[in-house]
This record gives sequence, C-alpha cells and structure tokens, in this order.
Amino acid sequence: MIEILFILSAVIALACALITVTSHNAVHALLFMVVMMLAIALIFYLLGAPFAAALQVIVYAGAIIVLFIFVTMMLHQGQRSIESEHQLFSLRRAGLPMLLSLVLFIEVVVLLYSGEQNALSTSANSDSTKEVGMLLFGRYHQLIILAALMLLSALIGAIHIATPSNPVQGEQ
Amino acid sequence: MTLPLSWLISFSLALFAIGVFGVVARRNLIFMLISIEIMLNAVALLFVAGATMHPGSDGQIIYLLILAMAAAEIAIGLALVITMFRRWHSLDIDILSKMRG
Repeated sequence: MIEILFILSAVIALACALITVTSHNAVHALLFMVVMMLAIALIFYLLGAPFAAALQVIVYAGAIIVLFIFVTMMLHQGQRSIESEHQLFSLRRAGLPMLLSLVLFIEVVVLLYSGEQNALSTSANSDSTKEVGMLLFGRYHQLIILAALMLLSALIGAIHIATPSNPVQGEQ
Repeated sequence: MTLPLSWLISFSLALFAIGVFGVVARRNLIFMLISIEIMLNAVALLFVAGATMHPGSDGQIIYLLILAMAAAEIAIGLALVITMFRRWHSLDIDILSKMRG
C-alpha cells in the first residue's frame, strides 16, 4: 500500500518538476511547482514526518511560491515575455544539459543497485513532532538563533537591493 | 510497512538532476531560481528520509534549516530579479555577462 502511494506521488512530483523546468510560461511553471511541493509533502508524511509535511505545505507552497508568483506577475508582460522566452529556451537546443543531468542520474542509480539493498522502516511514530520540538529548543537552540539572524540579514539585504532610490539606480 | 531506501535516493537524485538541468539549460533568471528550489527540495527529502532511517529526528532539524535558507535565498534572489528587470527590462542571464567592474 505504502509502496503504491510512494510511487504515485514520486511519478507526479517528477512529471511536475519536468514540466516546471521546461515550461515557457512562468506562472504555469510555478503552479506545477506547487503540485510538486504537495507531492513531496505526501512523501514526507509517508516517511513518518508529519511536521515536515505540514511545513512543506505551509512554508514552501504557501509562502515561497506565493512570493514567486507575486514577483512574476509584477514582471510579466503577457504575450511578449512568452515570445522572448521561446527565443531564450527551446527543448531542441537543450540536448546537452539534458544528457549531462541524465548521465548524473544513471550513474548514481547504477552505484546504488550494485551494492546491497537497504530497507527503510516507515513506522509512523506519532511522537516525531514532539521529538523535533524537544531537539529544536534543546540541543539545537543555537542553530535557531543563527537561522533567525540569517533571515534578518536576508530581509535587510532584499530591502536594500530592491529599493529604487539607492545609489546604484541613480547612476543611470 | 517498509520502503526501500534506494527508491528514496533514486527519487531524490532524479529531482536533483532535473534541477541541475534547469539551472544549466535555462537562461531566464526566474526559472534558474525555480530550479534551485527544486534542487533544495531534493536534498531536503534526502535529509527527512535519513531522519526516518536513523533513530532520532535530527534530519528534520536540518530540513527546517534548509527551509529557512531557501526563504532567505529566494528573498534576495527575487530582489535581484526586480533590480535586473528595472535596469535592463529583460531577465536574460546573458545580459549580465556584459557587466564590467
């Protein structure tokens, strides 16, 4: 049962990732990426990590992708941007990168199946969320402070870069 | 109820390879950022899979940190996208090769 669910969501995630990477319309690509995030959240749940699944839906699909969509809509120029994207990227000219990443994938799969098989138990332990909380505010509390500092500096940096009246813009 | 670990690693690597393809093949800055997000997701999946394999939930803590890093990276990346669009009215990454100094 779990295997079937895993294979289904893995196929959905891979198909959506491929469509995302090869799409010409940025908004369509982002919506397919939301589907990919939801499929990965399902896999997290199957792995017995409900907290990670919830965060995947809330933070990735709910916050990061929405930020992306806002910026894309700000910069979108309708048909013109789609046409210029057709000029910038076509599947026919993308053969070499596709070959390279395919080789990378095949290489590791061969490596993986040449060794012995390792089984992974997915007993859904209900204490997983509690355990994450204990670790988060116990052994790893300094990492949380570091993450907060990183987010703060990213916020300040983003505001500084995107403000139109900074000296870099004034040079033009 | 077991899932073979090799399935998870294969899936994560396929996702990562798709992300690598996107970064290498696309020339639009927004799509490159999206591909980076896909790669980060693949790595996060590997960490969560590792957390279920070993006792303890340390992998999920790393997943949280990857999440925070992705948010910070996307905030700065999108600010750069907006600035680039304002100056050159295009998101073609090749334009940036004309920068001097």
